[in-house]
Amino acid sequence: MDTTALLLSLKLAACTVAILAPVGILVARWLATREFAGKPFVEAAFALPLVLPPTVLGYYLLVALGGHSPLGRWYEATFGHPLVFTFDGLVVASVIFNLPFAIQPVQRAFEAIPEDLRHAAACCGLTGLQSLWRIELPLAWAGLVTGAVLTFAHTLGEFGVVLMVGGSIPGETKTIAIAIYDRVQAFDSPGAGVMSAVLLLLSVVAIGITFLASAKRRRHGS
Amino acid sequence: MLQGFVAWTLWPMASDLAAAPADAPLIAAAADLRFALDEIAADFRRATGQDVRIVYGSSGNFRRQIAEGAPFELFLSADESYIVALAREGFMIDDGVPYAIGRIALVVPAGSPLKLDGELVDLAAAASDGRVRRFAIANPEHAPYGRAAREALQKARAWDALQDRLVLGENVAQATQFAVSGGAQGGIVALSLARSPEVAGRARFVVIPDQMHAPLVQRMALTRRAQSTAREFYAYLQGPQARAVFLRHGFAAPA
Repeated sequence: MDTTALLLSLKLAACTVAILAPVGILVARWLATREFAGKPFVEAAFALPLVLPPTVLGYYLLVALGGHSPLGRWYEATFGHPLVFTFDGLVVASVIFNLPFAIQPVQRAFEAIPEDLRHAAACCGLTGLQSLWRIELPLAWAGLVTGAVLTFAHTLGEFGVVLMVGGSIPGETKTIAIAIYDRVQAFDSPGAGVMSAVLLLLSVVAIGITFLASAKRRRHGS
Repeated sequence: MLQGFVAWTLWPMASDLAAAPADAPLIAAAADLRFALDEIAADFRRATGQDVRIVYGSSGNFRRQIAEGAPFELFLSADESYIVALAREGFMIDDGVPYAIGRIALVVPAGSPLKLDGELVDLAAAASDGRVRRFAIANPEHAPYGRAAREALQKARAWDALQDRLVLGENVAQATQFAVSGGAQGGIVALSLARSPEVAGRARFVVIPDQMHAPLVQRMALTRRAQSTAREFYAYLQGPQARAVFLRHGFAAPA
């Protein structure tokens, strides 16, 4: 059991959720409450990582963030280490890759809130932010939980992008999914088996939480 | 930037992350070194008290990653051309030294209809009479052992018949995994992996004569990032103890 890799994956997943939760709330509320020209295209752009092969995203990230790109060179000059093949690079990749998981459940939850309620809140003198904080978020919490859990679980299992921009460095970019691959190549079936079982268990728990959350929401709604 | 963010958002996990100290130098090593280099690194730790962190993979991928800025301090390639190219592009301190010569072997898992024949005569026959449905080698596009396997198969006139039955490993360790896990009737892989105890329990092997392919001269060099521990390990790898381990794992000594 490669605990270093497991901890690294948990850390990556926690970072991704910490960054994406506020982004997800803002983008989801914007998409749920506003109508504007070209909205389908914006929604499609945020959904793209769902259908994009991870290796395609990995390739573009490698090109965009690598040592030959302006961004990669700027990052290395500023922070003293390259962005690809580092934990920071994985966080960037993971945030992009998880956008639809963090946005879509929250957007659906915001869309389920009747518009009258927002109008009533405005009539009572609540600002947009107060309305979001006191009225809408408490109503949309199940969507938030689902978004956070899906993002977390999806990050734990991400393989293709990490393989392309990570480089399998222990304690830095060798996530548990990569460690399983590595153990298989080292003919270490027990090692790969234990880690696979851990990921299976975490995935079952994550899916269980999202189903519980949506069941609660349905009971609330009726 | 993100590290700082991580430090205050998360439970204090960052400090106890790595089993080998996080400042231990990163070594990129060809997949065929997996068992030999683990042993040498353990000897090195006993002798000097210093740790290295080794990442195994395909030499072609490491060549690309180092050119993209990967933080490796030493690169042990299975193919010297990658080292020479990286040195020419200015990523290495110099063009390094050859540390071993790789040999290839035919591996045949238990229950396979293939004969253990280093000249690969039976393999050519088996390709035409249908005894081989799947045969594993490393990807010749970027894995040096895949290239050597292709040369040997061409020399044995088995390449054309086998081509549409090949399964390609991303690196030679994965090819070995494919060859012995029962999905394929055999494979051509690194001798160093074929004779490891992990493989010996599942498959038999025979060395392929070295006239059947261009020599796999394995070269290593320090990158521009190399610090003192990496330099010490580089010197240790050229010493008699490390040489003996390489020989024991099925490598030939460099000329």
